[in-house]
Amino acid sequence: MVELMIKNEENKTVKTSAPFIGEGQKVFEKNTVFQSKNFNLWYGDHHALKDINLDIKENEVTAIIGPSGCGKSTYIKALNRMVELVPIVKTNGEVNYRGRNIFGSDYEVEELRTRVGMVFQKPNPFPKSIYDNIAYGPRIHGIKNKKILDEIVEKSLRGAAIWDEVKDRLNQNAYGLSGGQQQRICIARCLAIEPDVILMDEPTSALDPISTLKVEELVQELKDNYSIIIVTHNMQQAARISDKTAFFLNGEVVEFDHTDKIFSTPRDQRTEDYISGRFG
Amino acid sequence: MASQGLGKEQSIQDMIAQSRNKKGKKFIEKLMPILLIITALISVLTTLGIVFTLIFETFEFFQRVSITDYLFGTEWLPFSGSEPLYGVLPLILGTLKVSVIAACVAVPLGIAAAIYLSEYASDKTRRVIKPILEVLAGVPTIVYGFFALTFITPLLQQLIPSLKIFNALSPGIVVGIMILPMIASLSEDAMSSVPNSIREGALALGSTKLEVSLKVVLPAALSGIVSSVVLAVSRAIGETMIVSLAGGATPTFDFDVTGSIQTMTAYIVQVSSGDAGYGTTIYYSIYAVGFTLFVFTLLMNLLAQYISKRFREEY
Repeated sequence: MVELMIKNEENKTVKTSAPFIGEGQKVFEKNTVFQSKNFNLWYGDHHALKDINLDIKENEVTAIIGPSGCGKSTYIKALNRMVELVPIVKTNGEVNYRGRNIFGSDYEVEELRTRVGMVFQKPNPFPKSIYDNIAYGPRIHGIKNKKILDEIVEKSLRGAAIWDEVKDRLNQNAYGLSGGQQQRICIARCLAIEPDVILMDEPTSALDPISTLKVEELVQELKDNYSIIIVTHNMQQAARISDKTAFFLNGEVVEFDHTDKIFSTPRDQRTEDYISGRFG
Repeated sequence: MASQGLGKEQSIQDMIAQSRNKKGKKFIEKLMPILLIITALISVLTTLGIVFTLIFETFEFFQRVSITDYLFGTEWLPFSGSEPLYGVLPLILGTLKVSVIAACVAVPLGIAAAIYLSEYASDKTRRVIKPILEVLAGVPTIVYGFFALTFITPLLQQLIPSLKIFNALSPGIVVGIMILPMIASLSEDAMSSVPNSIREGALALGSTKLEVSLKVVLPAALSGIVSSVVLAVSRAIGETMIVSLAGGATPTFDFDVTGSIQTMTAYIVQVSSGDAGYGTTIYYSIYAVGFTLFVFTLLMNLLAQYISKRFREEY
């Protein structure tokens, strides 16, 4: 971990825009969005995540790769506490979001989820109009003014690069769109409440290659304003779009480094075996 | 593909061919669809038969009583010897009073129960509560009738001293209790079939559980919920025993719910169990009332279909 942090300090590729962090602190602290400290998670008796230590930085795309069942989806679902929907989940250790333990007893899960948005594997728009899909988030958080909502809807749809495709049919049901369009609607829905982090759980695995490309381009654009953590099955995708890559295996982080390092000179034999296609 | 281990010199393909060429098999294949069509037709023909009888006898009734007097008359006095009056509005109003009261009881309670069962209850709780709720639907309506007359009415009389023994309020409430499980159960089915991924999407935006239930799941299941309500209300309109026992037999044309009423169904029971002779106007009047009732429930069912199409949120 220490080694990684120093690297960051040297590279300084990441922006330091968080205004609420004091000047006296070091660069790597300014940029950390999520810090996991000895984080463990169990589904009943199954130990799904083992002593996870990961620092995820601001305005970067962090890819999480690994074979099925390695805990990568579980990990990002822990970051917005969606794992808690499974009643038998137990955790210990810490996951700090901007310095506060999200599993602490005083952390309200709704507050966390307005800061940490999520895009799912299968597009899951609400069975409502395109407009109402985007306006849902702002509405439940108290924004009622039609004019403001109109602006949010347009801005979010533009942000998700789908405005031109849907601007003439905002009142139609989102289920009339193609899978790729639906996924971008889900991204726009997430942008509408201006989160800080966007979690993406294999967002392109249900999409065709062209839609996949569009979503990948979008991820590149979004990282200027958001920190993105993306779980992917597709190693080429991780190589194409991410700044850092974490390789998970059997619930442990085997290796976490800059993406080009992971794919060119991995330190761990298991990482090399996985990225060269020997298993998984 | 030889006949290894079968003992005889006959391949499996030969045996299959032999079986296929059996005459009986082909005959059954041809016969079965015909039998199946006949069974399906039985219910269709029964319905048609009922409708024809209704129309035929109703037509006979309108030979004797003018259709405008029937539809727009505000007095229903078929037994007043010399000058009987056949204005159906008091009977319709009686039915509507009971149905509206029933809906006011059953719709909010039923939907609230459905939200609880679908969104909040654990699997274990749901497995206990749902069957109990459905037992309510299996209680014979005559039991409900006595329940209204001997329990609810005296109870209500404590609250409203002017309440008559026979009134619209008490059977209305009890009919509401009767249709409640139907609304709760069908609405719960509609809400449970909303995919979980949609709930997760809403939760991931920071919604509370209540917001997910009311703003995402409820609208997504609305078509199912509305059709359950309409079906339940059409059952309330057709309900007979409860209103016969606890509603009284005085057709009135007013909006008072504390006094005795008579519904369309209760009138039919009254005449059928009395001694109106075959061929009298009173005898034919029950067909006219029955036909009116049929039109009402038909309209409700069409409404249910229209609404479930109109409000469908596809997912």
